[in-house]
Amino acid sequence: MYKIAKENLSALFRKIAENQELYVPVKTGNQVNFGAWSKEAEVDLDTLKTVKSPKDAFFPQSENLYTCVRDGKKLSVEPEALKEQDFVVFGMKACDVRGIEVLDKVFLADPVDSFYAARREHGTIVAMACKEPEETCFCNVFGIDCAEPSADVAVWMTEEELYWKSLTERGETLTGQVKELLSDTIEEKVEEQKQSIRAIMEKLPNAQMSLEGWNGEALKEKFDSPLWEELYKPCLACGTCTFVCPTCQCYDIKDYDTGHGIKRYRCWDSCMYSDFTMMAHGNNRTSQMQRFRQRFMHKLVYFPANNDGMYSCVGCGRCVEKCPSSLNIVKVIKAFEKQGGDKS
Amino acid sequence: MSIENKEEFRPKIVAFCCNWCSYAGADLAGSSRLGYPADVKIIRVPCSCRVNPMFILRAFEKGADGVIMCGCHPGDCHYSTGNYYARRRMTLLFSMLDYIGVENGRTRVEWVSAAEGVKFSTTMNEFAEKIHALGKNVRLGDLRCRK
Amino acid sequence: MQEIVNRAKELLADGTVARVLGWKAGEMSYDVQPSYFETAQSLDEFVYNGFCGANLSKYMIEASKMEGKTLICLKPCDTYSFNQLLKEHRIDREKAYIIGVGCKGKLDIEKIRAQGIKGIRSIEGAELTDAADTLTIQTIYGEKTCAYSDGMLERCHVCKGKEHQIYDELIGESKDTKDGDRFAEVERIEKMSPEEKFAFFQKELSKCIRCNACRNVCPACSCRKCVFDSTKFDSSQKANADSFEEKMFHIIRAFHVAGRCTDCGECSRVCPQGIPLHLFNRKFIKDINEFYGEYQAGEDIEADVPLTSFTFDDVEPGIVKERG
Repeated sequence: MYKIAKENLSALFRKIAENQELYVPVKTGNQVNFGAWSKEAEVDLDTLKTVKSPKDAFFPQSENLYTCVRDGKKLSVEPEALKEQDFVVFGMKACDVRGIEVLDKVFLADPVDSFYAARREHGTIVAMACKEPEETCFCNVFGIDCAEPSADVAVWMTEEELYWKSLTERGETLTGQVKELLSDTIEEKVEEQKQSIRAIMEKLPNAQMSLEGWNGEALKEKFDSPLWEELYKPCLACGTCTFVCPTCQCYDIKDYDTGHGIKRYRCWDSCMYSDFTMMAHGNNRTSQMQRFRQRFMHKLVYFPANNDGMYSCVGCGRCVEKCPSSLNIVKVIKAFEKQGGDKS
Repeated sequence: MSIENKEEFRPKIVAFCCNWCSYAGADLAGSSRLGYPADVKIIRVPCSCRVNPMFILRAFEKGADGVIMCGCHPGDCHYSTGNYYARRRMTLLFSMLDYIGVENGRTRVEWVSAAEGVKFSTTMNEFAEKIHALGKNVRLGDLRCRK
Repeated sequence: MQEIVNRAKELLADGTVARVLGWKAGEMSYDVQPSYFETAQSLDEFVYNGFCGANLSKYMIEASKMEGKTLICLKPCDTYSFNQLLKEHRIDREKAYIIGVGCKGKLDIEKIRAQGIKGIRSIEGAELTDAADTLTIQTIYGEKTCAYSDGMLERCHVCKGKEHQIYDELIGESKDTKDGDRFAEVERIEKMSPEEKFAFFQKELSKCIRCNACRNVCPACSCRKCVFDSTKFDSSQKANADSFEEKMFHIIRAFHVAGRCTDCGECSRVCPQGIPLHLFNRKFIKDINEFYGEYQAGEDIEADVPLTSFTFDDVEPGIVKERG
C-alpha cells in the first residue's frame, strides 16, 4: 500500500501520461465524463458518477471498422488498426469495473471481438472506492463492494491523501512507473474509510432490494407478466438509459458516405429505438412495450441465464438519475416484488 | 494562413439556383460569355423554396466552403410565392449559423432573374472572392469527408 | 393535490373520463413519473408537487387514439404545448378533459444536487399547498435546506406567466416565478466573436450522446417518423460520429420546431448531459420576434405561423451580415 498527497495528483497524472494515454473524469460545463487527460483538463475526482459510464474507453460509442477509398477505377479497403498503445483509465468505480466484466463476457467470448480485446489488452484500470455512495446506488444488491474495488490498482481518497494499492501484475507495472511519487504506508489507513462507506451503503434506500425470482427459470412468468404493459407507458423511447449504462453492449453497424468512399463504423444502439435490430422483414419487436421489456429481461433474466447467474446490471444508478420520465430498473424490480407480495 | 497556402486554396462553392430564373440567369451568363469561377458548382432546384435548410448544412458537411442560394426576385416566383417562404427560412438559418460561430460570409442569398446574366456573373465572382478570403471552412464540415 | 384527486375520482365515477393522465409518486421523493390512472384506487398513487416538471401534452397524442375521454393535468406552460398540438391537428380536443393545475415553479433535482446535497432521503416543501420558500431535505448526512428558487428549473426563472391558455376547470393557485430575462443568455452569446461563439457551442454540443431524449420529449416533435431516423438518409442518428453531426441534428431540430416551439423547456430538462438546448430554440424565437413581429406559439390557435406565412416586405437574409 502506498500513498500520495492530494496536491501531487497532477504530478501523478503527468507521470502516468508520460508513458501512455490517460483517461480521467473531466468536467465540461457542469457535467463530468471520462475524457483524455491534458494539462488544461479540469479533472474532477469528487463527483461520484460520470454521466456516461467509462465503458467508452474499451467500447467507444462510435468506432471506425474500415475505410473504403475510391480513386478513379481503383478501390482500396483499409481496415482500422487495433489499439496498440497502452492506456490507463483512472477513477473508475467498483460498479464500472463490474460493467467491464460484463462486457468481457460478451466480447471476449467466442467469436472474440478483436477491437475490444485489443483495448482490454492495453488498458490498465485504476478504480477508486466510492467515498459517499448516493441514494440512487444499489451496487451491493449485485454483490459489489464499492469500498473495495477490484481492478488493476485500487485507490482510496481521503481529505488529504490518495491511497494506492496494486492488485494485479499490470497494476504493479503501473505502480513501478510512478513509484517515485508514492510513499509507503500501511493498509489500516483506509480501513476506517471502508467501514464508513459500508455504513453509508446500508442506509441507502435501494440497498435492501431483493433479486429473488430473477433468473432463467422465471423467464416465461416474467415475460408474460401484465405488469410490463403498465410499466412501459411513460417511456419516451429515447436512448438515455442505454447510453449511460456501463453494461449495455448492443451496437449497430453503419456506412458513412464520405464522397470518395465509405467509412464503415459501429455505434452503440439502444433496444429502446424503433429501428433496433431492424431487418429486411421488418422489426421483431413492434411495440414500445416489447422494447422496454427486452431491456430489463435481458439484464435480469436472459443474461444471468446464459452467464452463470451474472446479472448485466451493476447497480450504478445512472439510469435512475437520468431517465427523463423517471423510469428505471429499480422501479421494475420493486413493481415485481410488490406484485409477488400481493399474490401471497 | 500563409500567402503560399492561399494561392493553393481552391474554394468549393455550392450554388442552389431555381430552375425558372437563376438557372436561366446562369445560362445567359454563359451564352453571353461572362465569366464566373469554376469553383462554383450549380445545383438546379425547381424553386428556391425547395431548398431545405438541411441542403445547406449538407453542402457544408460534404466539404463546401461557401453556399449561395439564388432564386427569382420577390414577386416574380414562377409558383407565385415560393421565394417568400424561402426568404424567411434562409434568414433564420443564416442567423442561426452566425449564432453558432460560422463566419456569416459563407452563406448568401441573391435574387437573380433570367435576364440578369451580368448580375449572376458578378455575384458569383464576388462571392468566390469572399470565400477565398475567408479560407477553408473548418467549422461546419464532417472530418470524415476530408481526403 | 387532494382536490385534484377527489375531482378526478368524481369524473371517473360519473363516466366523464375513462382515465386520468397525471403524475405518479416514485420510490424517492423526487422521481415522479408521468402515468395513466384508470381506477379510483390507482389514484392513491397520484402525486402533484414541485417535481412534476414533465409536460404531459405530448402523451395526449396517444391518448387521443384511445377509447373515451382522458382527464389531463396541465400546468400553465403545458397549455401552450397543448394548444400548439391542437393547432396542428395532432390531438383531439373532444378526447381531453383539461384540469389546469396550479404551479409555483418546478424543481430540478440536478440543481439541488449541484448544491452539494447528497444521500437524499426525503424532501419537504415541494408540495404545491406549502407556502414555504425553502426546501427541507433529509439526507443520510443530516438535514439540509435549499431555497425553492435555487432548485427551480431554468425555464421557471423565465416563466411565461400563470395563466392557463386552455382548460375545462382550474384547481389550485399559480405563481409567476419569473425573475430573469428569457433572452439574456441568447443576447450574451450574440455579442461574442465568431470564435467565442464557436468554442461555446462546440464545448456544449461535444457532450451530446445522441440519446434523442430532447426530441422524444418535445411536444413539437410529433412526427411519426423523424427525418433523422430515416434509413434512406446518411445520418448517424444515434452515433456521436462527428462533431458536425451533433450540430446538424440540433440546428435542424430547432429549425423544424421554429415558430412552433412554445419554449416549454422540456429539452433542456431531460438532457442527460445538461446541454442548454433551449438556447437554440430561443434564438429562433428571438429572431422571429425581431424580424416578423412578436409571436408566442401556442397562445393564439388562429394566428399565422411565422414559417408558413410571409409578407412582401420581409427582411432580406443579408440582415444577418448587416447586424454584424
